[in-house]
Amino acid sequence: MGMREDLERIREEALEAIDSAASEQELEPVRIRYSGKKGALTAILKMMGKLSAEERPVMGQFANEVRAQIETKLGERFETLRALALEAKLKAESLDVTMPGKAPAPGYRHPLTTTIADVRRVFESMGFQTVEGPEVELAYYNFDALNTSADHPARDPQDTFYITDDVVLRTQTSSVQIRTMQGKEPPIRVIAPGRVYRNDDLDATHSPLFHQIEGLLIDRGVRMSDLKGYLEVFAQSIFGAETRVRFRPHHFPFTEPSAEMDVSCFACGGAGCRLCKGEGWIEILGCGMVHPNVLRACDINPEVYSGFAFGMGVERIAMLRYKIDEIRKFYDNDLRFLSQFNG
Amino acid sequence: MKLSMNWLNSLVPYGYEPKKYIADMTMSGSKVETLDYLGAEIENVVVGRVTQMERHPDSDHLWVCQIDVGAGEDIQIITGAQNVHVGDLVPAALHDSHLPGDVHIKKGKLRGLPSNGMLCSYKELGLTEHDVPGAYEDGILILGDTLTAEELAAAVPGRDIREVLGFDDWVVDFEITPNRPDCLSMIGLARESAVTYDIKYVPETPVVRGGAGDIGEWLRVRVEEPKLCPRYTARVVKNVKIAPSPKWMRDRLRACGVRPINNIVDITNYVMLEYGQPMHSFDYACLDGAEIVVRRAREGEPMSTLDDQERKLDAEMLVIADAKKPVGIAGVMGGANSEITDGTKMVVFESANFNGTSIRLTSRRLGMRTESSGRYEMGLDSQNTLPALERACELVELLGAGEVCDGIIDIDNSGYQPTVIKFEPERINRFIGIDIPKEDMLHWFDLLGFRMDGENIVIPSWRMDVEQFADIAEEVARFYGYDNIPTTLFGGATRYTPMPRIEFDDRIRDIFYALGYSEAQTLSFSGQKILDRVLIPQDSPLRSAVVITNPLSEDMSMLRTLMLPSILDVTARNYNMKNDSLRLYELGSVYTPSETEKLPNERKILSAAAYGGVDFYDIKGAIETLADGLRIQNLSFRAKRDNPSYHPGRCAEVYCGDDYVGVFGQVHPKVLENYNVSGEIYAVELEVEALYNNRGGIVEYEPLAKFPAISRDIAVVCAEEVTAAEIEACIREGAGKLLESVHLFDVYRGAQLGDGKKSLAYTFTMRDRARSLTDEDADGAMKRILKLLASRTGAELRA
Repeated sequence: MGMREDLERIREEALEAIDSAASEQELEPVRIRYSGKKGALTAILKMMGKLSAEERPVMGQFANEVRAQIETKLGERFETLRALALEAKLKAESLDVTMPGKAPAPGYRHPLTTTIADVRRVFESMGFQTVEGPEVELAYYNFDALNTSADHPARDPQDTFYITDDVVLRTQTSSVQIRTMQGKEPPIRVIAPGRVYRNDDLDATHSPLFHQIEGLLIDRGVRMSDLKGYLEVFAQSIFGAETRVRFRPHHFPFTEPSAEMDVSCFACGGAGCRLCKGEGWIEILGCGMVHPNVLRACDINPEVYSGFAFGMGVERIAMLRYKIDEIRKFYDNDLRFLSQFNG
Repeated sequence: MKLSMNWLNSLVPYGYEPKKYIADMTMSGSKVETLDYLGAEIENVVVGRVTQMERHPDSDHLWVCQIDVGAGEDIQIITGAQNVHVGDLVPAALHDSHLPGDVHIKKGKLRGLPSNGMLCSYKELGLTEHDVPGAYEDGILILGDTLTAEELAAAVPGRDIREVLGFDDWVVDFEITPNRPDCLSMIGLARESAVTYDIKYVPETPVVRGGAGDIGEWLRVRVEEPKLCPRYTARVVKNVKIAPSPKWMRDRLRACGVRPINNIVDITNYVMLEYGQPMHSFDYACLDGAEIVVRRAREGEPMSTLDDQERKLDAEMLVIADAKKPVGIAGVMGGANSEITDGTKMVVFESANFNGTSIRLTSRRLGMRTESSGRYEMGLDSQNTLPALERACELVELLGAGEVCDGIIDIDNSGYQPTVIKFEPERINRFIGIDIPKEDMLHWFDLLGFRMDGENIVIPSWRMDVEQFADIAEEVARFYGYDNIPTTLFGGATRYTPMPRIEFDDRIRDIFYALGYSEAQTLSFSGQKILDRVLIPQDSPLRSAVVITNPLSEDMSMLRTLMLPSILDVTARNYNMKNDSLRLYELGSVYTPSETEKLPNERKILSAAAYGGVDFYDIKGAIETLADGLRIQNLSFRAKRDNPSYHPGRCAEVYCGDDYVGVFGQVHPKVLENYNVSGEIYAVELEVEALYNNRGGIVEYEPLAKFPAISRDIAVVCAEEVTAAEIEACIREGAGKLLESVHLFDVYRGAQLGDGKKSLAYTFTMRDRARSLTDEDADGAMKRILKLLASRTGAELRA
């Protein structure tokens, strides 16, 4: 048996073994067996010394050719097997992307809080400070200082909860106006969200407790046109940039002139629909120029300062925005209700 | 206040279009509640003349009538009524007509003969006997029975019956605000309408002929309470002939929602609607002593009112009395004893001004609110009494209802002086944000009845709401049009003002949302029985609450002193609704009476409750995450075994340093029984103020360590009684100041450990900012820790 035959046999065996290795793990022993330091080729080359001087270079060249062939083949095979292995792995790892995602259970914001937060954001961005006042309030702050005389019907126990003759559950956040004006010099810009109370049973449309947001701006030279301007910005921020506003004359004891503000119906754009009862307008808030008697009660000179105030019902706005049918839903706190307000 | 547009048109003629009218009035300041067409329910009903009548061949009571309905050819209508005769004018409902109550009339056959409609009774037209005096009750309405010859002449066959019977009118119901009692009248609303349409309107001054002798011979009036009755005016009418009032008056009354009675009563109601001044008429024959005294009622004095109710009066109530007895409750209702009857021959008309507050209190005490008391409550114009009285007497003469005596009784204690306000056109323009000539303003003032006196505006008596500059500005703004006022944005200094307390609440909300808690809003009411449900002892300070004097119910009779019942109530409701798991929180207030202040303390409480896949440590973790998010450093927990609302072994109090912050734990099963909950609910109640006071300041950045940390796990076995806090303290002390963090990652109890034993496994991490730590450092710490554990707790390394 000659060396050439041995080399040819090794080459044949090696190439066959390489081809038949099905994985990198199977191929590695093949590599060691044929091309490793102690492999078959090395063993043969060690016998090179026994050859004649004429044969040696010829055999040497042939042996190198065989080694190169085997190593090239090994390299290619390794690459192929790696690619196959990756392909198989990725295939095995593929997922059913239609299975449900794993979300941490979120907490939901109460729609009243969201509404208050949205309104706050609008006014805070215009320099208003959010303040709070007591819910159990002196009748003086809730009525007298707001130009609501002792025999005004609003003070009737059928409407107002009384703690004592001169302490009530506030019926309006307007009481915070007085506390603010008595506590600081103009210029003043505040909004006061909070709970107010009326002597009504809880049903679909009434609640003994609801939320209001009061706003107040006092400075030198504030005009009624400014009231319109600020509230238009508010309406367009909350109900959309296309919203139009309408001011109707009205009466409140603590503003003069007074107005109610309507916004163009955000459901139909003003054409008339069920939400706006065909009117095209939806009543949103009451407002007006702060009554001079109110300013005087707070030691602010109405000859020098003027300002405007407004008050809106949070439940009303939330009911309109989210198309909620009953006010008491806000206070049931059923998760099936709360979890709808997820954005 | 209901306004008849026909009536309005007679006062201020104008081509009003009803829908536009209400829009225009709304924008000039008169808020409209409803607009209705009186004849909306009647359609295709006309005047018919009976030209021929025959008995129905197959009936002993039906009549076959031929009716001229102005169509050229008579139509046949069959009726069962027996009061119809040839020549009568009757309401004929034609084929495809509509009557009140959704009645639809179609042609058909009656006993084989065609009938092309229906002859109507007044009831079928929605009328009452008061509307059609003289008409036969149980038959067809014969127009000739109730209409005058003149009215009948206009009732030609084929004419729409609505035009003949006063249905052809629009009624606008205005919401009158408390500052405008003058608008509770046709004249007041006519004036507003006139200014809105830029028309000059001056109400006519009534003219009374009189001539039936002097009033002084018949009546004296004494006002004992001038404060409660600032003005009292009266006139006497003799030779009264009680009869129905004319149709035009009845139509107007009906349109305004008032039932016609007889001429005298209708006149008082008509004048009230027209002038806004309540009037009363007494039957003179029932007055003892030819005298009227306006005085307080005697305590317990009885009287029966016009509605036939027996009333017990008291000394706070003002009455109109004669020499012996009360004959009316001032401003509220007359007495049955002096009521106008068919036999009344002589009448006293009263037109008085009473104190609004007094009338309101009387009306509330007696539980009776009338058209009259509702007007007086708003405070009426003392100068309006006399014109109204004159108008009533003018109408008496116009209707031929009696003869008016000369002379007027007028006791005027009103001290009325007109309000005078300086006219400042520039300031008005500045205040509203407009620039209009003062002539425009003066024009509106003139239309409104405001008079100029040099630079001053003299306000008419009926506008008691106009007191100062701002009120004048409002008049200008109203008639200039709120819509025409520009929109401007007042500049001034705007800057952000920090509001740390409010923003702290916002932060708490954000953290709780992130923790998966949804927000609740519960009513702030409570009651003693509600505190029973959460097992609060009777002698607890929580029982002392802010009590409402006029509560809606026992369970809403006070303000809450504790948040737990509120959050439990909604949690239990969710539980019983089978919502399978819940994390809920509320940032609400509790209210505790103050010993020194009139107003109670209002404290914000962060309350939370959860069930379904939660345990004590989830809740504790939520509190820790909250504290972390609020940068609170000094949080600690102490077991609380005697809070009555909580499980004694699963409840802890929360502290920041020495400040009490609140309590949390598993709600006591006996409490949950009261809420019909059989599972476990966990609850939290934390004082927001205490959290706020312990909040951290602004973050100060700490440079990151350059050297790596080294970690070791340590699992020990100890007796069940040893607390995690004790073990952790040993680890902290043993690791010393190089300790960076320590975490419990496993708790194990099992047979191999033996009864009463548990295993706790911790990871602790050490780091030195100046060098890399070695195994020797960690091993040394481990040795010290084990030694401490052994000596202090008896815990040993787990094998």
